Amino acid sequence: MSSFIKLFFKITTTLFLFVYCINVFAEYGLNFPEPVTENARDIYDIHMNTVRIISALLVVVFSIVIYSIIFHRKSVGYKADQEFHKGVFGRWAWVLVPVLVLGVDLGIAGKAERVLENLWLIPKDENMMDVKVIGHQWWWEYEYIDHGVTVESRYIPKEPSDDLYLRDVDNRLVLPINTKVRFLHTSADVIHSFWVPQLGMKKDAIAGYITETWADINKEGIYRGQCAEICGAWHARMPIVIEAVDQEKFSDWVAQQKNIMLAKAEEASSDKEWSMDELMEKGRSVYNKHCSACHQLEGEGLNPVFPALKGSKIVNGPLDEHIKIVLEGKVSTGMPAWNNLLNELELAAVITYERNAWGNDTGDIIQPSDVKTSD
Amino acid sequence: MTNEAVLHSHIEHAKPTGWRRWVCSTNHKDIGTMYMIFALIMLFLGGASALVIRAELFMPGIQLTSPDLYNSLVTNHALIMVFGAVMPAAAGMANWMIPLMIGAQDMALPRMNNLSFWFLPAAAIMLVLAFIVPFIPGGGTMVNTGWTLYPPLSLQVGMSMDFLIFTVHLLGISSILASINIIVTILGNRAPGMTLMKMPIFVWSWLVTAFLLILIMPILAGAVTMLLFDRNFGTSFFNAAGGGDPVLFQHLFWFFGHPEVYVLLLPSMGIVGSIIATFSRKPLFGYRSTVFSMMSIGLIGMLVWAHHQYTIGMSLGAVTYFMIGTILISIPVGLMIFNFIATMWRGSMTFETPMLFAIGIILMFSFGGFTGVMVAVIPGDIQYHDSMFVVAHFHYALIPGALFGLLAGVFYWIPKWTGYMYDEKLGKLFFWTSIIGFNLTFFPQHFLGLAGMPRRIVDYNLIFTEFNVISSIGSFIYGLSHLIFLYIIIKTIRGGKKADGKVWEGAKGLEWELSSPPEFHSWSKTPEIK
Repeated sequence: MSSFIKLFFKITTTLFLFVYCINVFAEYGLNFPEPVTENARDIYDIHMNTVRIISALLVVVFSIVIYSIIFHRKSVGYKADQEFHKGVFGRWAWVLVPVLVLGVDLGIAGKAERVLENLWLIPKDENMMDVKVIGHQWWWEYEYIDHGVTVESRYIPKEPSDDLYLRDVDNRLVLPINTKVRFLHTSADVIHSFWVPQLGMKKDAIAGYITETWADINKEGIYRGQCAEICGAWHARMPIVIEAVDQEKFSDWVAQQKNIMLAKAEEASSDKEWSMDELMEKGRSVYNKHCSACHQLEGEGLNPVFPALKGSKIVNGPLDEHIKIVLEGKVSTGMPAWNNLLNELELAAVITYERNAWGNDTGDIIQPSDVKTSD
Repeated sequence: MTNEAVLHSHIEHAKPTGWRRWVCSTNHKDIGTMYMIFALIMLFLGGASALVIRAELFMPGIQLTSPDLYNSLVTNHALIMVFGAVMPAAAGMANWMIPLMIGAQDMALPRMNNLSFWFLPAAAIMLVLAFIVPFIPGGGTMVNTGWTLYPPLSLQVGMSMDFLIFTVHLLGISSILASINIIVTILGNRAPGMTLMKMPIFVWSWLVTAFLLILIMPILAGAVTMLLFDRNFGTSFFNAAGGGDPVLFQHLFWFFGHPEVYVLLLPSMGIVGSIIATFSRKPLFGYRSTVFSMMSIGLIGMLVWAHHQYTIGMSLGAVTYFMIGTILISIPVGLMIFNFIATMWRGSMTFETPMLFAIGIILMFSFGGFTGVMVAVIPGDIQYHDSMFVVAHFHYALIPGALFGLLAGVFYWIPKWTGYMYDEKLGKLFFWTSIIGFNLTFFPQHFLGLAGMPRRIVDYNLIFTEFNVISSIGSFIYGLSHLIFLYIIIKTIRGGKKADGKVWEGAKGLEWELSSPPEFHSWSKTPEIK
């Protein structure tokens, strides 16, 4: 029998070591990435609190079961205690166990409830900055409501061996540190979910709804996340990259973005007659940025979800219908109404490009004014 | 002729042969067998799709499947496992065992029993069509929504979604008919003296499950019908642009979906309870409290659905309610598991394959339950939600909680069904390979989720590689171990050591008083329970 006792102690020690390891692993990247907001730190504490409680309970359950397996077996000659369930313990366990479990539950829930309130209710603060986060298939749009700046953030294709594969975007969401930021989430199409683990926030972006979260980042750095709600084919290609900078750098960045936007607007509103080459050049960059995720770089599409544009009946057919579908989109598909998303110059350029690239040979040159008149 | 002789000749007469025995069957044993064969085929289909998923996730980069095919496999894996494998297997065991256990001649409504089974192959054909149609030119897009079918994404999908909606309808009808049958049988056909509180725990678990199914299946049917109308007839139930509400679907779906978890879980827990009592050679500890905890699991389970939707932007009051309600489920579940452990305590245990599975279930399901408490706590869930952590959690809850329970049931009852003992050595080999493979597959996924890997992504960054490799290797060990299971079953059906009527030394209950296998029509002479 003593060998059994030894075995028993060995097993329980291993279990304790295992639970201890979970706590140690916490320091070595097997746990949440480093939290950078007060909320994320609170979440981390709640997480660790629950992990500790359940680890302890797990050790208790495993120990009892293993003890019983070792000692209460027929092969060591143990006779079943047929009266066990009739004793005092047997008669009162149905009260005792629920009370104990309720105690543990309250311990877990009570602590969580206090943090929850802080997470859920947006603090009242005059200097609160609002950012509207709009999910699209498959990119994010960030609207700095207080600054009049809009940023489109798209995945950059990279090799799978690259450190930032699926985790890098062309335009980051730049945010000032030590400022309370309120995020207002909505979607232009299907449901997406905005998740940045280090900020301790995840919220669904749902068409027709505006959901809100908030964060107060207190460390400069680059924080990466991904869309967390399945949103169709390229759900894996919706990275979120937040760049947290100090107030001064943030103001510079806002000014820079405003200049870019002004220059773009000015270019688009000029009455200039654009040449084929200029439009093709501009159209290629607009297409590659906005359209190629679905219709592919060479216009070959992705069967059966995304139609090919190369040799397409619409692209090579009457101009009116082509412009109409680009401007108004197609209901119940991934094709949005680009009217709201691109300016007239961009629209004219991309339509010209589509009608003349990859062997499409209509020779049509579409001017910004053409897009306007057919509106 | 005495009455009994008339009955006897009638029974002799009513044994059809050939294909009629199966297609027109009204016999609870044959229908039970068909249910389980169907479930076994589906288990392999669902498993195959899971292995393709894991093979794709073996490394970063897209190797095997297009993103839409991947999403379609994710959807199909879940639907096949839930509706095709686990529920029919549990229904098959209910069909086989409930009449034997309560001393009834057959199910109360034998023709409806036949109907409820034959809806399943029809549903399976629809499901296969939903998968295949997009490969045909002009077949539209694949079902890339996950089994939750959330609009607006499900409004974008091509006609395969309509096939899927009808699949769900057929499955729902089948489940409701089977549940009605089980409830009527249990409440109406018990042998004299078999009071409700004397019923075997497996029968109780199915009584609760059947009520749950009748309550929830119509909700799902309603939700997918609204989806069908939105897709084809221009309504806007879930379309925000038409004044509808995409979140409404989520509430309807999870009002069905959360109790569904307990539908999968409870029959297996009934099996575990019977097995532990048998192999500990002592009665189930706290029979009464186990029955009441099963009822409370069903009841509370109906009231906490929105914990699947913590991130949709509900009010503080609403999420607090759902958090506390969810955590409270740990009370009946904890009591039930405690009763199982207390049954082992001071028993005289032997460790045949069913018992090994039962002990494995207690340990691993406890773990899955504990991570369940973690995901119920909202501040934590903000990180876990829709990450691989959740995937790990619900596989730890549902594979031990539902699937292993059914496998244990197969090993426990197959001598009764076939009249032959299964190969104990192979049974143990299967247990150990599947347990090791299972833990290797799903344990690392907890870490993936914590590190920030979302679920349902076809492709991932390098930082998630190591654990995905381990998980994929584990999944192949786990998946392929089921070939051993298949071999054991075929071997047992073909012959082997003859089994006695009372197969297990410690077994108690009416079903063990019959021969193995029982007569085609058992209990033609109703037993009396003292």
